[in-house]
Amino acid sequence: MTDPGPSPSPEEAAQTGTLATRLALKQRAGGIVVPIVTVIFALVMSWIIVAATQHSAHTALVVFKEIFDGSGLNWVFHPSTNTFTSISAYNLSQTLLQTTPLILTGLAVAFAFRCGMFNIGANGQYLVGLMVANWLGVDLAGLNPFLHILLCIVAGTLAAAAFAGIAGVLKATVGAHEVITTIMLNWIAYWTASWLVGVGGPLQNASDPTAPISNQVSPGARLPDFWGKQGFSGLHIGIFLSLAAVVVFWVLLNRTTLGYEVRAVGFNPDAAAYGGINVKKNLIRAMAISGAFAGLAGTLDMLGGAQNYQIGQLDIPFIQVGFIGIAVALLGRTTAVGTLIGALFFGGLLYGSFHGLGSSSVIDPTLASNLTYIVQGLVVLFIGADVLILYVWNSRKRLRRKPPGTAAKGAEAAA
Amino acid sequence: MNTWTGRLENPLSTRLRDPGTTGALGILLGAFAAFLAIPPIEARTVTWPILVGIVAATFGVWTVTRGRRRLGWGAVAAGLLGIGLGILATRSSAANLESAFDATLVAQTLGFSTPLVFGAIGGMFSERSGVVNIGLEGMMLMGAFWGVYGADKGGTWIVGLLVAAGVGGLVALVYAFFAIHLRADQIVGGTAINFLAVGITGYFFIQLYNNNPIPNDVSLLPNLHVPGLPANPSNPHGFVDFLGQSIGDLSVLTWAALVLVFVAYLVVFKTPIGLRIRACGEHPRAADTVGINVYAIRYGCVVLSGVLAALGGIYLSEGPQGNGTFIFNMTNGRGFIALAAMIFGNWRPAGAAAAALLFGFSSALALKLQVYSSSAGTLFQILPYVLTLIAVAGVIGRTIAPAADGKPYAKQ
Repeated sequence: MTDPGPSPSPEEAAQTGTLATRLALKQRAGGIVVPIVTVIFALVMSWIIVAATQHSAHTALVVFKEIFDGSGLNWVFHPSTNTFTSISAYNLSQTLLQTTPLILTGLAVAFAFRCGMFNIGANGQYLVGLMVANWLGVDLAGLNPFLHILLCIVAGTLAAAAFAGIAGVLKATVGAHEVITTIMLNWIAYWTASWLVGVGGPLQNASDPTAPISNQVSPGARLPDFWGKQGFSGLHIGIFLSLAAVVVFWVLLNRTTLGYEVRAVGFNPDAAAYGGINVKKNLIRAMAISGAFAGLAGTLDMLGGAQNYQIGQLDIPFIQVGFIGIAVALLGRTTAVGTLIGALFFGGLLYGSFHGLGSSSVIDPTLASNLTYIVQGLVVLFIGADVLILYVWNSRKRLRRKPPGTAAKGAEAAA
Repeated sequence: MNTWTGRLENPLSTRLRDPGTTGALGILLGAFAAFLAIPPIEARTVTWPILVGIVAATFGVWTVTRGRRRLGWGAVAAGLLGIGLGILATRSSAANLESAFDATLVAQTLGFSTPLVFGAIGGMFSERSGVVNIGLEGMMLMGAFWGVYGADKGGTWIVGLLVAAGVGGLVALVYAFFAIHLRADQIVGGTAINFLAVGITGYFFIQLYNNNPIPNDVSLLPNLHVPGLPANPSNPHGFVDFLGQSIGDLSVLTWAALVLVFVAYLVVFKTPIGLRIRACGEHPRAADTVGINVYAIRYGCVVLSGVLAALGGIYLSEGPQGNGTFIFNMTNGRGFIALAAMIFGNWRPAGAAAAALLFGFSSALALKLQVYSSSAGTLFQILPYVLTLIAVAGVIGRTIAPAADGKPYAKQ
């Protein structure tokens, strides 16, 4: 086996400038090792938690089998042996329904990462898209369906882009850290949405004045379902828009001047500025594009699955989708394809734990959604600690080359 | 000139003419203009708020001409806002006003501020040592659940307090290990802590309580009764009753928060250890060179921040508002408000506490304003976030983070 060339040491990667530099270095150094090891780590840790609390290692294994079956992915892997093919197929359609917004919020976070920024506000941008789509989807009833849908999607996406752009402008003009501003914008969006659909709010539903819930979008503005029963939470065509967004993301980043500039700023803003790239413009642009992805997710969810918004809802889509996007993007190493796979993983986990354990006989079904949060947290925690994983991985290689004992010294010298 | 002795040597008149003083005075007067129209003073004419507001704006203009533009315009805005709010208040009915602005508003403001103060001071320690702590929210949530669990199983609130502090410190220790030794990205690590806390508290709440509410008889954080101040006067009237209603019956943690602010100020700015903490946050390499153990300081500060955030969290579940219950994700952004308070307070204990009070006030007011309309209060919840956004944008003064905040440090 030949050595793949001089890979930068993890310590080096951890210390070099921007987030994007770090990620790129890790990409070369770790390849797909880190994501896979991370997922295994996270699943094993959560298995330990379940095994410890249920006092049975076997039960814990069954739980994960049930999550897998509940996600409908068993339909893909064993199409012939499953006697409940239709249920599995339905589960898979629901998993893909969950995956649709996750792809987009993942892309949103990933795009900002590539420009060296941490967009922690995908949730707020998602909410902006959601509310604008609801507003136009209700108000413009009677419009030509195609035009109506197009208008809702475009308006919601642009509004979210502008909303995220605030953070970009603040970063570019006064140097306000985007993590702080996007967190604040998240909660501004959350409380504004709560006010809009709250009792007495402008977007509150007309039929029940005591319920803090918005109107349903008009039937003409709904995205048609193509898999499953029409109008019965089937899989809507939004997933194709999500997949198209993955392609757009890749082309934009890797095949256009804009993408080149964004990546250059992400790697090293000073070098980019020296090379004649307008750093400020690119920071604003990258943040707005990032927000557009998240906003698109909101419009698709509103016109497709949800159709109305309720405040204080502890439903995962409304509260967490932007945050799961962070996990998706990190797991996908901020690449287009990686994000897609990461979104599928978390989509499957979300729906699988909800459905698969929803009727479970071995574990309290209400534990299910919390298990998802735990896995999600562990994934993000370990992804952040890739230095550790790569160190173990590389020292394994080093041990093969050198007799044990000298390896540790070599690592110290390298550091 | 910035030292105490320098200020004392300065003649009073120079200090009064300083544009900083007049600007601050203008802002205070602007707030006073609005205050005039509400109980307990409750001027029912618009004259007084308008007069005071104009004086405030004048101070502002004077400050602008003396060069402190941001502060000056801030005072002008405060004056105009004071006039506007004063007019609004005199227009509304006296009964509504009295139910919205009574002594309990003060008590509630202090109550809402308590967890924020703990979180903000905790975050300040962590960030002063150079570790960004986005995970405050998660540590607070852990404190809220494990605190009430400890109080329930241990039989007394003291056990709850200890368990909360212990768990908060433990979570912070895990985070510190990832952030300091593994040099993980601190924002990513903090986000992970937030996810984990939601999952773990939700999971164990169901696991340990079988989805039933926590029993009613759990030992709660006690309230401290101030002698001589009646907490619930039968016919509230006069200053003593007002004081009694506002501060006569506050939770022990609210008072502890007050003490904490002073202690934190003394520790950070008046002791050698505080100097070391700040050195680690500003220039860890230099601190290391002079023999300060950067890792030890950072570990200590992050663990302390976890302990304090968890104590803020236990107030939510075990304090007067929580009453010994736990709700899934019950912090609901309070950790982030604490973070905002710390930033708004410019990484200083007194500033963070003042910001926490302001944010607590806006929450309390949001609750009270529901007598007017149920939706008006909701918008008030946005206030902390908007103010922080304005603060980091540098419109009213500039917030400056410690120089090495968020940067991992590798020993040579």
